[in-house]
Formats: sequence, structure tokens, C-alpha cells
Amino acid sequence: MALSRLASSSGSSLLRPLTSALFLTPSLRRPISSAADDSTTLTIETSIPFTSHNCEPPSRTLETTPKELMTFFRDMALMRRMEIAADSLYKAKLIRGFCHLYDGQEAVAIGMEAAITKKDCIITAYRDHCTFLGRGGTLLQVFAELMGRQAGCSKGKGGSMHFYKKDAGFYGGHGIVGAQIPLGCGLAFGQKYSKDETVTFALYGDGAANQGQLFEALNISALWDLPAILVCENNHYGMGTAEWRAAKSPAYYKRGDYVPGLKVDGMDVFAVKQACKFAKEHALKNGPIILEMDTYRYHGHSMSDPGSTYRTRDEISGVRQERDPIDRIRKLIFAHDLATEKELKDIEKEVRKEVDEAIAQAKESPMLEPSELFTNIYVKGYGTESFGADRKEVRTVLP
Amino acid sequence: MLGILRQKVGAGSSSAMILGQRICPAASGLRGFASSAKEMTVRDALNSALDEEMSADPKVFLMGEEVGEYQGAYKITKGLLDKYGPDRVLDTPITEAGFTGIGVGAAYYGLRPVIEFMTFNFSMQAIDHIINSAAKSNYMSAGQINVPIVFRGPNGAAAGVGAQHSQCYAAWYAACPGLKVLTPYSSEDARGLLKAAIRDPDPVVFLENELLYGESFPVSAEVLDSSFCLPIGKAKIEREGKDVTITAFSKMVGYSLQAAEILAKEGISAEVINLRSIRPLDRKTINDSVRKTNRLVTVEEGFPQHGVGAEICASVVEDSFGYLDAPVERISGADVPMPYAANLERLAVPQVEDIVRAAKRACYKSSSLAASA
Repeated sequence: MALSRLASSSGSSLLRPLTSALFLTPSLRRPISSAADDSTTLTIETSIPFTSHNCEPPSRTLETTPKELMTFFRDMALMRRMEIAADSLYKAKLIRGFCHLYDGQEAVAIGMEAAITKKDCIITAYRDHCTFLGRGGTLLQVFAELMGRQAGCSKGKGGSMHFYKKDAGFYGGHGIVGAQIPLGCGLAFGQKYSKDETVTFALYGDGAANQGQLFEALNISALWDLPAILVCENNHYGMGTAEWRAAKSPAYYKRGDYVPGLKVDGMDVFAVKQACKFAKEHALKNGPIILEMDTYRYHGHSMSDPGSTYRTRDEISGVRQERDPIDRIRKLIFAHDLATEKELKDIEKEVRKEVDEAIAQAKESPMLEPSELFTNIYVKGYGTESFGADRKEVRTVLP
Repeated sequence: MLGILRQKVGAGSSSAMILGQRICPAASGLRGFASSAKEMTVRDALNSALDEEMSADPKVFLMGEEVGEYQGAYKITKGLLDKYGPDRVLDTPITEAGFTGIGVGAAYYGLRPVIEFMTFNFSMQAIDHIINSAAKSNYMSAGQINVPIVFRGPNGAAAGVGAQHSQCYAAWYAACPGLKVLTPYSSEDARGLLKAAIRDPDPVVFLENELLYGESFPVSAEVLDSSFCLPIGKAKIEREGKDVTITAFSKMVGYSLQAAEILAKEGISAEVINLRSIRPLDRKTINDSVRKTNRLVTVEEGFPQHGVGAEICASVVEDSFGYLDAPVERISGADVPMPYAANLERLAVPQVEDIVRAAKRACYKSSSLAASA
């Protein structure tokens, strides 16, 4: 069945984009009543209407297909499972240093991908595992990188905060809060300079929203009409500081002043998709726009933060019950009779297995050779010397 | 030869510096010494290098304050806006963190930005992008994201501009793996190193000197050719000698050459090395020279602690200890923020006599130690 097929095509299925895995599972393509083909469209509404600043908001009514709904469910379930597994690996000390988890915020990554192409660019901060996966990264690359192995997306030299996938327009993975925003505007500059007709989404949190460099970059982007979309993933806490303690005005979508903005329910993947589609069209014609995604992270800021000293457990469980992005899709799937509860549970089991297999494979990936300490410092090293801790013991020539 | 003589009149006297004049070649009154070699100011050298590289590669663009319509705060980018248009020569607001980040992002995307800092003092506002966004990216991404960017502008002391506008950043930037740091002295250096920097696939910090912009140097036909390029990481022996090695970069090369002239009259043959590249540092040329002369004086304009001279001294002690006949001498800026008053400013930067004195000390030929302030 589905599981055995995944097992037999072991390595290759992990490298295939997430959505195509669905084609290997014909059992899910037998919904109870609706037709299984892509031509069926379903009309749905976002959870709430969009609130806008200096622009006309897009409609809250949009169309989707059963395939898209099922894909959203599986993809978000995969991301959720990946982050939970990372939590366990961290506690088992297989992941070291920083580990910032994205569970709860999956709808932003998935909805955005659904609205754009791999020629559009995404740049984000350190909560980047799911964004990387959405751009086409594999589970193996994620887990191997987190464990510092050769099969990692940065060969183990970056770590949790430094995932990149340039061929799919994903430019990281940045550890300095706020720095990614001017960098993202620079990507947009490059796109405009090259006349590529593509856009850049620069993601940042409510904590970074107060950074001066954001306003510097936004000013320049507006002056030069850069196709830059600033996306504030407002999960309401900058580490342990609630937004009302950090920002005089927490209406982040309005903070652009002369730059239009849209407030979006970030837990609703369709709202995210609609907003990103709207933003892309806007940015290509009129320059920068701000999207504020109202979202939530279940974990603390990072694995060293329990996440419950500055917010109540009731709040966390409340959001999980009322607004969880995966549950929203589950309810939509049931409402449109696209799958049974068992079928969805089977998908979740499959996803869990996929993640477990990737972890096993990542554990097999070797650690880097010591000589890799000195690679990639430069593209061109001109034969200059580099040194280890004891320069009389360890020195090398950079190619 | 011509270059050295011009130096003496132009940069040697402190009174000329205090007036803050751009040293114009005409003032030197040395036209009579003109040879058939063509002369070029450092300013023109930089301008022509930018022009040629922009012409050769459409991905190269300039960004900075006043680089366009103002023709450059120091006129380095003169004429380039007219020639290449506002899409490639971009005037920015006074927001270093923002425009430097945008430049680095453009380099991520594959363009080749040349970011101008009006002086490198202002680069501190953007230093996170230079170090964390640019220098480290190739390493953190295991080679996926390289950053072919150049950060250029005047560095170090000018004349009478005070503490916040006079710092030398060579030591700070050169400490960082992932960056390349170049320090041209002559027009040949300016042309060759800037072209090399723009063509380089890694981030380059290009430290110019305001007081050198107006200096003229002879340039050969080879230097004037549009394909001319100097290697990164190679120092130049400006003057050969056998008694003591003097290392210097930027403006201090001129001072060291003047010191060498004075020392020659006293029977000391000094070898002057123009470092050209602070990172990578040409340890081989320096060590080969010290193994020949057995004595070393390092000269720099910047703060002494953890400076370029400290690194050179350590390098020589590690690799050529047995060849040293005397302790390494360091000449540097004074360990103080730059004062404004002319007489104090003169005390805060190295003078030719300081280099001469140190070289003599290294040769065990001085009769007294310098009086403490």
C-alpha cells in the first residue's frame, strides 16, 4: 500500500517534492462523495475578512480544489511532525545550540508557497526549518543539518538558523534579528534590476518589527519601487516579551505609513495564500507592501525557553483548540467530504513514518571531515594560509 | 621617484594638512621633473577603474550617499551617473544599515554591488551586514551563497576632522575570516586593486585614503589598460633595502618612503613594503624581507592595540624568530581618540621622523629614547 511504496522508493521519495507524495497514495484519492479530479473547484471563505491599510483588501472568498486541500493537510502535518521530532532530538542532545520551532505557524509557510513560484525569493530569520521545507528542501537535509552532518543543507556548517536553498529562491536562515529585512529588499532590488518580474518575501517577527533597519529598508524600497513584500509573522511574543510591552503600536501592518498593509489570519492557510497572491500582484506594480500574519507558536521562543513563563498554558491550549491551522483544514476536508477521519489519520501516520525514516537516514550521515573546517571561507582563497587553534599544529592553504 | 618627491611637498608638512586642502598636483610645482611616463591622480585611478568595470559587466552597480548627482562626496564617482544612468548609480538616503543590507541582498541575488561609505567611520552603522550578512555567508551556507560585493570609501585620518571621523578600520575588518581587506597607496594600486576587488567573488573591504585622492603617481601603459588587475594578497616592495624592513599601507607608504630617503643618507638601507592587502596578509613577502634584513618596523595610522603591526610582529616572531637581530618596532597612531587641535593632531598620527627613529632603534643606532609625552 502507500506505506510500502514509500519504503521501497526510500531515498528518492524523500527527495521528491512534498506534494507529489500524494500521487503514490491512491487510497486517499477515493473521497466519499466529491470527484477526485483537479477540475472540481470548491468555493470557500477565509476565517475573517482582511483588514487593510492604504489599499483595497482582496476578497475573502476564494476557490480551491480537493487536491489542494489534501495537499495543504499533508504538507502542514509533515511540518508539524518534523518540528515535534526536532524537539525530541534536541532533548536527546542530538541537536545542539539553538533550535527555534515553527509548529503552529505552518499555515504561513504553506499558504505563501501556494501563491508563488520558486523564482520568487523568500528570506526569513532563524525560525526557518519549515520555510526551507516549503521551498523544496528535504527532511533529510533538515535533520542532517540540525545534527551537524554532511547530508545537511549547509553540510552541517550552518546549523538550525542557517538553512539555504538558493536554487529554489530561499536565501536563509539568519541569526541577527531584523537583518534579513534589508537583505530581502536587496533581493527585490536584484529582481527588479534583472527585470525578472518576480518578488521577494522578507519574513520577520513582531520582535523584529521595531528594528530601525526595517524602516530604512522600507523607505528605500518605497523610493525605488522595489518588489519587496515584508511579512510580519506576528506570533505576539518577541522571545519572552509580549507585543504590547515591545511596541507602542502593535498594528504592524500599518507601521509602513505610506506603504500599504494587510492584516491576515495567519492560522488560515487560505487567507495566507490569498494575501500573498494579492501582495505579489501589488508589489510587481506598485512597490513594497506589508503583510501582517496573525499567527502563534506553540513552542517557546527556542528549545531553551519553556514558553510558559510569559504566557498561560490556557492561552496556548486555547489557540490550539480554536485556531490550529491543521485542524482548520481537517474540518474543511470533512465539511466537503473529501476524506474520512481514518484516511486523515493514515496520512498522519505516513508522515510520521517519513519523518522517522529521514531521521534514521540523517543519523547515518557522517560528520564532516576536519579539513572542512577550512572550506568555503572564500570562493577564491588565492593560496592564502588559514590557521587552527594552534597555528604551528594546524595550518592550511585556502584554494 | 616622481611620486615620492610629490609626497614630500604635499603630505609631509602638517600645515598643509591642517588647512584641509585637497592636495592638488599643481601646488607641488614639480612640473619640471615630468618624464614621458603618464601621471594619474588616485581619484582618477579609482574613477577609471569603476568606469571600466561597470562597462565590462552590467551586473556591477554603485550605491551610496551622493555618489550620483553630487558626483561623489570626494568626486570619485564623477561622471558615472551620466554615463550609466540612475539604475546603476544609486543615491541613497543617509541610512547605512538599510542600504548596506540592501547591497548585500543584491549580491546574494547575483549582482555585483559597489557600496560607498562616505567614510568608513559610518560603516560602523552597517557593520553587522558587512560581517554577519556578507563575510560569513559563504561559510554558513557551505558555498551556496557567495557575496561578490565591494565596500569602499575613505578610511583613517583626514585633516582636522576630529575623533568621530578619523578612525582606521583596517585591523577590525582584517580580523574577520570571509572578508578581504585591501589598502591601495598609489594610483597603480588604486586601479589594480579596485578592479580585482570588483571582479572578486567574495566581499572586499576597500580602504582608500582621503588625503591620497589628489596625489599623482606615474602610471604605465599596462596600468592604464582596461584589463589591468593586481593580485589580491600580494604585497609590493616599493623600495629595496638590506638593513631594515619597513611595512606600511595606504598613506604611511609615502611616509615610509620619505623615511627611507632620510635613512639612506645616514647609511641605513631600508626596504619598504607596501602591504596592499591586509587580508590576506602577504606573510611570505614580509618574512622573506625580514630574513634578509633581520630587522622590522611596522607602520600604520590606526590605533596601536590589536593593530595590523601587532599581527605582523606575531607572524614574524612565529615564522622568522631566529632571523631577528632586534625586537620588532611598531609605529602607529597614538592610543587616543583623534584630537582636533592641530598640534595635538600632529602628535596623534605617525610622522616621518617617528619612522626614522624607530628604524634607527631597530638598527641599534639611536642615541636616546623618545621622550614620553
